[in-house]
Amino acid sequence: MPARHGYDPGVIGVLSTTVIALSLAVALWALVLVVRDRTVGNALLVGLAVLEVVLLAQAVTGVVQLAGTDRTVDGFTFVGYLIGALLVLPAAAWWSLAERTRWGTAVVLAGCLVIPVLVARMIQLWDGAGV
Amino acid sequence: MSEVRTGAPLVNRGPGRLLVAVYGIFALAATARSAVQIATRFDRAPLAFLLSALAAVVYVVATVCLARGGPLARRVAFAAVAVELLGVLAVGAASHAVPHLFPEPTVWSHFGSGYGFVPVVLPVVGLLWLRRSRRGTP
Repeated sequence: MPARHGYDPGVIGVLSTTVIALSLAVALWALVLVVRDRTVGNALLVGLAVLEVVLLAQAVTGVVQLAGTDRTVDGFTFVGYLIGALLVLPAAAWWSLAERTRWGTAVVLAGCLVIPVLVARMIQLWDGAGV
Repeated sequence: MSEVRTGAPLVNRGPGRLLVAVYGIFALAATARSAVQIATRFDRAPLAFLLSALAAVVYVVATVCLARGGPLARRVAFAAVAVELLGVLAVGAASHAVPHLFPEPTVWSHFGSGYGFVPVVLPVVGLLWLRRSRRGTP
């Protein structure tokens, strides 16, 4: 059995840290826009796109690592989280664009805050926790 | 106050936009979680998992009806959010009183503590918003 304690310094560690930091940064940006009563602009959409690309990279490396690991990981749920995380930002962006007020920006903020939660659950699954 | 009513946005506009987004997140989370729980280990906590599935249905109905926002949708949304409030209070209390029936966490157990207590706050906000928002066809 592989050691459960101690963090596996695999790609999932580096990438997931990047994802969490980036999503919190974009969330903070969206929060500033909400406070300043701004709508979703192109700059914020570019931020979301960058975050989505990193999420895509995380999904690919996650699946590859899952295939190569000898850990006991609930693979079905793990992949579910990887794919689920890809859907959040496009859905949030789409739902926000029909609301050209600060509340549309707040939708993007909510979407960005979901990502770190999903990644945290993913890390728990990777470390062998159940659903 | 009719002047307040006419000034307020429709149920799926303004703050309602954010409310629908949060409901959507919970609809997705509760549906996925209860599907996995029931598919993989229903025997371990049948009552908890059935209530988990009920929560998922309630969230999906609330999300769709709040997003549509027509007169009928408003009424169905009101019913769904009311059931949601009763559900989270009943399951929250039961999970503290008879914990052996809830060996695994679900979205409503312990008043949604696993979800930052959003599950117990959300229906209250939903009911307030259904009262506050303007009636009408989107």
